[in-house]
Amino acid sequence: MFYREAGQFKATYQEDLQAFPIRQDKIGIGIWLAIAYLYIPFFGIPGLEYGFALNAIMIPVLIFTITTIGLNILVGFTGQISLGTGAFMGVGAYSCYKLTSYFPDTNIIVLILASGFVAAAVGALFGLPSLRIKGFYLVVATLAAQFFLEWCFIRIGWLYNFNPSGAIEVPQREVFGVIVTGAAAEPATRYLVVLTILVFLTVIAGNIVRGRIGRSWMMIRDMDIAAELIGVRPLRAKLSAFAVSSYYCGVSGALMVFLWLGAAEVESFDVNHSFLYLFMVILGGLGSITGSYMGAAFIWTFPIILKEVGKRVFDINPIVMENVSLVAIGVMIVFILIKEPHGLARLWQLVKQKLRIWPFPH
Amino acid sequence: MGDIIYGIFADPFVQMWQMPDFLMQVLWEGFVSGILYALIALGFVLIFKASGIFNFAQGIMVVFSGLTLVGLHALGVPAWLALLLTLATMYALAYSVERLILRNLVNQPDIILFMATIGLTNILIGMGQWIFGGETKTMITKELFLPSGSSVWEPGGGLVIFQHIDIAAAVIAAALIVGLAFFFSKTKVGRALRAVADDHQASLSVGISLNHIWVITWFAAGIVALVTGIMWGARSDVSFSLQIIALKALPVLVLGGFTSVPGAIVGGLIIGIGEKVFEIYWGPLFGSGVEGWFAYVIALVFLLYRPQGLFGEKIIERV
Amino acid sequence: MRRSRGNRVNEHGSGIEGEQVKDTATNYVTEDGRTIGGVIMEMKNITLRFGGVVAIKDASFDIHEGEIRAIIGPNGAGKSSMLNVINGFYHPQEGEVWFRGEKRPSMKPYEIAEQGIARTFQNIALFHGMTTVENVMTGRQLMMKKNFFWQMLRVGPALDEEVKHRRKCEEIIDFLEIQAIRKTPVGSLPYGLQKRVELARALAMEPKLLLLDEPMAGMNVEEKEDMSRFILDVNDQYGTTIALIEHDMSVVMDLADRVVVLDYGKMLADGTPDEVQRNQAVIDAYLGVEH
Repeated sequence: MFYREAGQFKATYQEDLQAFPIRQDKIGIGIWLAIAYLYIPFFGIPGLEYGFALNAIMIPVLIFTITTIGLNILVGFTGQISLGTGAFMGVGAYSCYKLTSYFPDTNIIVLILASGFVAAAVGALFGLPSLRIKGFYLVVATLAAQFFLEWCFIRIGWLYNFNPSGAIEVPQREVFGVIVTGAAAEPATRYLVVLTILVFLTVIAGNIVRGRIGRSWMMIRDMDIAAELIGVRPLRAKLSAFAVSSYYCGVSGALMVFLWLGAAEVESFDVNHSFLYLFMVILGGLGSITGSYMGAAFIWTFPIILKEVGKRVFDINPIVMENVSLVAIGVMIVFILIKEPHGLARLWQLVKQKLRIWPFPH
Repeated sequence: MGDIIYGIFADPFVQMWQMPDFLMQVLWEGFVSGILYALIALGFVLIFKASGIFNFAQGIMVVFSGLTLVGLHALGVPAWLALLLTLATMYALAYSVERLILRNLVNQPDIILFMATIGLTNILIGMGQWIFGGETKTMITKELFLPSGSSVWEPGGGLVIFQHIDIAAAVIAAALIVGLAFFFSKTKVGRALRAVADDHQASLSVGISLNHIWVITWFAAGIVALVTGIMWGARSDVSFSLQIIALKALPVLVLGGFTSVPGAIVGGLIIGIGEKVFEIYWGPLFGSGVEGWFAYVIALVFLLYRPQGLFGEKIIERV
Repeated sequence: MRRSRGNRVNEHGSGIEGEQVKDTATNYVTEDGRTIGGVIMEMKNITLRFGGVVAIKDASFDIHEGEIRAIIGPNGAGKSSMLNVINGFYHPQEGEVWFRGEKRPSMKPYEIAEQGIARTFQNIALFHGMTTVENVMTGRQLMMKKNFFWQMLRVGPALDEEVKHRRKCEEIIDFLEIQAIRKTPVGSLPYGLQKRVELARALAMEPKLLLLDEPMAGMNVEEKEDMSRFILDVNDQYGTTIALIEHDMSVVMDLADRVVVLDYGKMLADGTPDEVQRNQAVIDAYLGVEH
């Protein structure tokens, strides 16, 4: 009875085309935003130490949500599988590093958003093979991108300013007088910047996906031959998907290094990470932006929760719990693929269905 | 500029010519790693031929089988028994995978199946690390009667070293491949496997039990994985990093064709020898580590111009 | 549903009975008031081969603007291949395709769509990840122009464009009476309704030439009557030229203005349904003796 839509009529097409046409959804989102902006930066997460809550949970989850949205655009909306996500994040991170080395006085947020374009260009380039290679075989092409770019990150000293350790260290940068990056940046500051960028990018992704470009992506995904016969140009559709997806991955890579880790080495962008992000997409739900939020949050926090519970309640070694969580995530992935390929997002929709008629059974 | 052109087109060949024994060494090293790539790819081909599933977990099955073997032996089990028990474990694994995972994903697109086997990989890594611990282990080569030491060949005053274990690996791999070829073409089960690889529905209609075939296939792949795990572990210890090396089997399959046993071998050798030669002779020009991506770039070129590989079947798309 | 198609009336009102209507440059008006124009598409000596198999051998016929042209023949006669040649998916090794007075070069499928040719498929090719209305909206893809920047913003020109096209799609949905299933994912629809949604999507493209590949396949009598009515309405109301492949002779008799008969890739006959039905070669190959 809480989720009743009765009485909410759409009198115009504009109303019908909204992202969240049902009033309860709008209220829900409002509550989430309120908590995110007004509660968490001041109080963290109840029950957890403040620094830990922000640095180990909230900031990475938000950053990976951006990554997941990006990868979802490619895999979930356009049906092009990619195992190069880690490397594209690296492109964003290293681009941002070089940009801020050359323009140390430019607003770092602008540079982060700009570095996404470099990633987009690289992504579009490595996306060219998708015009000839379909379905599963594309994995090999994206792995070529992944390993080649990883090699570039090591071999091209210019990328990390010839630092002998091969790693990049994030310099301190300020925005309007507030320190945003570097060791002195406050967790709350970094959290709010990441949050705002995420909200902004989510709105844009939602808009694109519901419009003609998003539709062309989904047409390619569902039946590329029929799509072409309707007038969709596969080159434009696929390359735009790669470009937009890589943009998001690039920005999230820059954020990961500049606003979370503070430093980075090649390992942060390796193929294991590419698999991790793919898991986030699958679990959250292919082709769902809401699902991207859920998938990223779940995959990241589940091992942490497991380890904490194991330690506090059962006194089990965290390494054991790490392995348990690996097994559990693997099991969940297989389970989701068998039972509900649309992931947590669909499960959430089912919950809402039940809420419509609750407390009645049907 | 002239230097670069010379460096790409002339210098490497000059070096090869001037030091033929070194070239032989490089070729031999490449050959051996090529054989091992081929073995991993073989496991993939078996499963893909029979069930159309690209079992990405083949890599971790290599590691898992090696670990089980060593782990059992560490518990005091004699080598021959450990071998048998590992085989039994691989069979149990094959059976459970077929029952729990494959059976439920019969009509799904390739990508879904691929991602399911990635999930399976996670499960096996987690279980492997849980049961056996994450540290690197040594393969029980002595107990398995595998040779050690090396022989030296000195052609015309030069020096080429052959590790005995490498020779053993080549021989065992060759034997395995011949055995499998025989199996596919001459035995009843082998023929049934080929029928299933061609068309599931049709095979069902002539009375072939799909599930039966699949279990046999996964078991065979498990044997191949075990042999690979033993051989690879003997050359460079058993650890989870092997799993990433197993990813290399993908380019091998692209080159050879996903459904071809000879393709897996030829592809493996080309990749193995190719990447070694490229790394040694052209590596200094580009910077070391090119073998990390060389195989994939070659595979990419093949996918663009000859997607069925050297031996695979041409894929035709109908409207 | 039955309409008499046999008698044609020229501009001066006198009937032309039993004559083969071929290569007329002038428009004429049929008995039931529809205008049939000049030649919109012409196939000249088309030969299509797949490796060693000859799918179509030296076939030539034309399609007039505003008419309903049926392509019939036994299974494997090359009908679907012919349709694929018309919509540019297959490129014939020999022969020419002329569309609207111009020889058509080898084109990509999306260029064909831009020319105004739409089609439906025998095994439905709907986008299963979308609902009915979303599928119909995909037909408007070529007409939506607002660039990337406006798409990101959505509010403003992009949304206005979206609403404009949505309105048009809803008209088509009303026309084909599928309002009740607008928000249903197409995968869960029964076969007959899926075919109707596919027709709606093709109509959304506002095509000059509509190709229907066995639109009645797998339907019961009632569904066939509905679909036939819709096809006639489309031709009547929108003036769309239609070429369709069909097996059911009674449907062909009622719907088609002219018929092409193929057998083993070769043309067997070309004329009005009456003429074709009486053609001995066609009877021998395909129709059998009438009881």
